[in-house]
Amino acid sequence: MTDTRNSVTTSRGRGRLTRREVLAGAAGAIGAAAVTPVAGQQAIDTTRRPGRGPNEIDQRSPFVTPQRDPSATSSRTPLQDLRGTITPADLHFERHHGGVPEIDPDRYELMIHGLVGRPRIFSLADLKRFPSTSRICFLECSGNLRRGSPETLPQMVCGLTSQTEWTGVGLSTLLREVGASPDATWFLAEGQDAAVMTRSIPMEKAFDDAMVVYAQNGDALMPGNGYPARLLLPGWEGNSSVKWLRRIELADQPFMTREETSKYTDPLGDGSTVRQFSFVMDARSIITDPAYPRVIEPGWHEIRGLAWSGRGRIARVDVSTDGGATWQAADLQEPVLDKAHVRFRYLWNWPGGPGEIMSRATDETGYVQPTWEALRAARGPRTRYHQNPITSWTIDDDGRVLFGAERLRS
Amino acid sequence: MSGGRGAVATVVGLVIWAAFGFSVAGTLAAGQQRASSAPLPDTFDFGHSATPEEIARLDIDVMPDGTGLPQGSGTVAEGARTWAQSCSGCHGPEGEGATAAPLVGRDPDSRRVTVGNYWPHATTLYDYINRAMPRDAPGTLTPDQVYGLVAWVLSQNAIVGEDAVMNAESLPTVVMPARDRFVPDDRRGGPEVR
Repeated sequence: MTDTRNSVTTSRGRGRLTRREVLAGAAGAIGAAAVTPVAGQQAIDTTRRPGRGPNEIDQRSPFVTPQRDPSATSSRTPLQDLRGTITPADLHFERHHGGVPEIDPDRYELMIHGLVGRPRIFSLADLKRFPSTSRICFLECSGNLRRGSPETLPQMVCGLTSQTEWTGVGLSTLLREVGASPDATWFLAEGQDAAVMTRSIPMEKAFDDAMVVYAQNGDALMPGNGYPARLLLPGWEGNSSVKWLRRIELADQPFMTREETSKYTDPLGDGSTVRQFSFVMDARSIITDPAYPRVIEPGWHEIRGLAWSGRGRIARVDVSTDGGATWQAADLQEPVLDKAHVRFRYLWNWPGGPGEIMSRATDETGYVQPTWEALRAARGPRTRYHQNPITSWTIDDDGRVLFGAERLRS
Repeated sequence: MSGGRGAVATVVGLVIWAAFGFSVAGTLAAGQQRASSAPLPDTFDFGHSATPEEIARLDIDVMPDGTGLPQGSGTVAEGARTWAQSCSGCHGPEGEGATAAPLVGRDPDSRRVTVGNYWPHATTLYDYINRAMPRDAPGTLTPDQVYGLVAWVLSQNAIVGEDAVMNAESLPTVVMPARDRFVPDDRRGGPEVR
């Protein structure tokens, strides 16, 4: 007990400042000095006072406060605050259906059974002993569009997408271990949450690139992303990458669970038929800067954003700065990975005056991100999932950047 | 639950899905996502064999042909009592109008997604209620209670009569109004927007 207390004291003594201390110190320095700050000089002269020493775990600068935007069922990644393609684990979006369970890794088990020769139960340690593999890919909820008002952040437009370097074991390795039957055409993935989430997945995906992952950006999975282990189906709607995975059952037919019948299905334009097992996420992009709530000045701006496709690599991203009348190719940041977020950039000299900027992704299959009107024409007005329309930001006379909500009306 | 099967609906379903290319390559060692290029041993012998008891403890799913349905039964009247006690707080006394999405309605043109106009399989009701409802105490209902709730929800949607009894034999025979609405995903990439 004493040791613990000393340890905490020592940790503080080594210089970990809380945000309150930093801000209070800054205010105090300004008040005491009462001199005009020199350009580039901090309120506390950092050259005249030693900073904190090494500590156990770093945290963001008190001046940097990116936050997910939580609702009752999800929390959205702050796309406008991020510069690269990897999402910090604590900012990865969440979508869950029965809350986040707290699972003891020492009691965790994954059972694989059904049409297999050797039904088997693996502990977390067992999973980690198998040959491992890593993959960088995006994960996106298929309900990832809010049409909103002009005062809508990128995070709110489509913050239910994130990217991670996942590490785990190939599902095909586990299926080989249990002796999967060639008669199996589907498998059920089941979670250990209060929703006991279940989805049926074609075996084709299992042998293609499905994984059971236990690491997120090299660290253990975050609880909201399936700790200690989840299914990962690259390029497919997030719901199918079942978290807190406890059971896989092989069968010769889909199980027709609630989440693949009454949910995550797409009523089509004829008013009667419904698209089912629509797993793949179509190509999409969004400009993350400049975006609401920024106010920009005339002159040079680098238009920046993200593009991705569940069907492979992004082939190109085009940017329009005149509301879609003309399009120019943006630069893509290497490496352009398969089923992964890619950064695009386009240098733009804003002359002032009203304008509208937008991006359009094309993937290696030749699929071009559609307009809202084209999506509606293809599917009718009732489809709610898999909405990937071109989105825009308008700029008014004062340089205020607003979400192009008008383009998503009707 | 993938034990015995053989209902007609299942066969029809299999033909439809097979036609759309969800077949699996026979090989078990494709392993595209495996990092090592070294040959795998026949078995790593990690983990332990799952006993029938261990499988039965977790294997709660119910398939469209009824595989996985437990013993027990429930009537519409019994379901109504359970509904009032455990479900109406969120779903409303008649199955619509409270905080949860409406469950009752047969109009296929309605934008309201209900059991009567959108759910293709009655067995899904058993599976879902049993695993995830009620939200504040999932997994606590007995098989008789779940069967009763399924009967009541189906009755509210005028899919079965008020005298219906749901059990492992009767439930898989219920034909849902939305059974034929569902079609496989026809998006394939390429230039066409679908």
